[in-house]
Amino acid sequence: MSGRETVLSAVRTALVDVPGSESPDNAPVTHGRRADHAGPDIVGLFTERAAEYRATVVRVPMAGAAAAVGRALARTGARSVVLPPGLPEDLVSEGPWSRLKDVPPLTVNQLDAADAVITTVATAIAVTGTVTLDHGPGQGRRALTLLPDQHICVVRASQIAPDVPEALKRLDPYRPLTLVSGPSATSDIELDRVEGVHGPRVLDIVVVEDA
Amino acid sequence: MSGADNVVWLGTPAFPEAARDALADTRLRANLRRATGTIRDKRLAVAAELEDWEELRETAAAIKRHALRHLDHHLLRLEKAVTAAGGTVHWAADAAEANRIVTGLVEATGEREVVKVKSMATQEIGLNEALADAGIRAYETDLAELIVQLGGDRPSHILVPAIHRGRSEIREIFRREMGEWGRPAPDALTDDPRDLAEAARLHLREKFLRAKVAVSGANFAAADTGTVVVVESEGNGRMCLTLPETLITVMGIEKVLPSFADLDVFLQLLPRSSTGERMNPYTSLWTGVTEGDGPQDFHLVLLDNGRTATLADEVGRQALNCIRCSACLNVCPVYERTGGHAYGSVYPGPIGAVLTPQLVGVENAASLPFASTLCGACYDACPVKINIPEVLVHLRAEAVEAKRAARLLPTSEALAMKAAGAVLSSPGRLAAVQKVAAFGARLVGREGRIGFLPGPLARWSATRDAPAPARESMRAWWRRTRTTGRDESPTTAEGKEAR
Repeated sequence: MSGRETVLSAVRTALVDVPGSESPDNAPVTHGRRADHAGPDIVGLFTERAAEYRATVVRVPMAGAAAAVGRALARTGARSVVLPPGLPEDLVSEGPWSRLKDVPPLTVNQLDAADAVITTVATAIAVTGTVTLDHGPGQGRRALTLLPDQHICVVRASQIAPDVPEALKRLDPYRPLTLVSGPSATSDIELDRVEGVHGPRVLDIVVVEDA
Repeated sequence: MSGADNVVWLGTPAFPEAARDALADTRLRANLRRATGTIRDKRLAVAAELEDWEELRETAAAIKRHALRHLDHHLLRLEKAVTAAGGTVHWAADAAEANRIVTGLVEATGEREVVKVKSMATQEIGLNEALADAGIRAYETDLAELIVQLGGDRPSHILVPAIHRGRSEIREIFRREMGEWGRPAPDALTDDPRDLAEAARLHLREKFLRAKVAVSGANFAAADTGTVVVVESEGNGRMCLTLPETLITVMGIEKVLPSFADLDVFLQLLPRSSTGERMNPYTSLWTGVTEGDGPQDFHLVLLDNGRTATLADEVGRQALNCIRCSACLNVCPVYERTGGHAYGSVYPGPIGAVLTPQLVGVENAASLPFASTLCGACYDACPVKINIPEVLVHLRAEAVEAKRAARLLPTSEALAMKAAGAVLSSPGRLAAVQKVAAFGARLVGREGRIGFLPGPLARWSATRDAPAPARESMRAWWRRTRTTGRDESPTTAEGKEAR
């Protein structure tokens, strides 16, 4: 018997007590009435919670986005910045940094050597201060937001979902998804929190008012 | 069952002996108390932020119960969805089979090294050792797992496996061992956690950049879409899940959830219960393979290794609800004092005390169901409402039955209980024994406590202090002071009998 048949038959034997009338498709109701954890000011809550994760968060009008991105790059002294395909080019102003495009794909060593990356997001979550990438246009493949040391995220205010359930409903499960809450962190040594073990050490979030 | 060999560490003493040594280690106890106390407070604060926390727990428990009661159905759906998305699904009945599958997959790539995301399932099957036997080196990339691996050590906590190590010990391990495994630690390495984390970053970065094969575990998998989920903090998970060409994920069959939509409940409960955060820094979700992004070859190994035996026990199967958050460890008065190593198992703490004996058979971990005070704090903390005390009591009964069945002669404990039954059923015999006990207590008691008893009672007294019996029992006192001249009560009759 193959491993598959062995395991499946062991599962079925173990479950003899479950009546055949019980349907496996009748999953328990998980999306009934839910408490609202976000409150009325979703954008305010998102900026507050993301900042608690030691992300640097700014709120600017649409016209101020490029300047805010420029300030974030200048703060860390970035010399090179990765622009994913589909990112509006006018988001990145002229400055003492070179622009790297991922077409054709950059090697991991080129990405490792890059200082920063700028992306848009798929959605964001107010209650948890999370940005969510589905690696579509403007976000790039997953390695782009992983190897450079600074990740600058441009979030439109209307993209912010109040809480986790609503955010998941907005996402396509068939795309690769990355949920980011603050910069990379560890508490493995005597529970002292240290930012930046393996992922980007610096996370900048620019919230753009588009309403 | 070969899987048993790694779930419990062979050659380690049973819990009572291991616990005695751990209790004598005052530094360990201080570290643990500080760590568990910190996480406990954070967890309570963020759980209190959600007014429907109890409702979320109920929902999570209901989803898990449903998933387990129809596990075959959901596993088949998962297999179909993962295959449709370009992945390959393998089934492993035990540890040996899982190790054979993974080793074969790595060998097929021609690579001799793999990077690993922290995974309880691969620890449980002893994958690193199996790979080493095939000449393949497995690099742990979670900082705590790296500390454990470089130190030739064992993890002591589900979430923070190196919690038993202090910063200066970690510095020594890095200075001594890093060079053996790759990039050495910098000469000027201090014991500042920031400095240590930086050393780990540099040491592991070169491995991430050259790795062609990665091995991970899975926190969840959604049966309807085939989506697999890994939650983490450091980014080492993302490195392993996205940079290599081949990704092999080993997942216990109990991790399957019916649907992608169910994830919202667990993504709210897990980080808050585990690290006391509203969300962990990184959560990765992937469905099969995506062209031009991440590994182009994805294998999902579905692992039984004792889980179906656990599933067959109608009381014990709820242990399979576990989402490995470690909240039960951090509230457990026993874990807080003994640490994780005393359990002698990959799964320590209260959940280990119920999961381990079930995965390997009660007879192979007979002391673990007793490694608890049954105080119930673990049940209160568990985000998926596993009634750990209930399962512990159930397993204690099984352990006692197994012991009785295996013996020709009754145990001294059984004889003592029989004698106690005889004494307690007769007031006269009880009074006589109380007199003898009061006398004996004066011989062995110290300041009203009995810390040591001679002979066959030594095993009982070695693990507890008991109050010394009073010089005079309540019944004797009553008889002496109150019964003179009163009606002939049964008490006086007994008194005569005793004399």
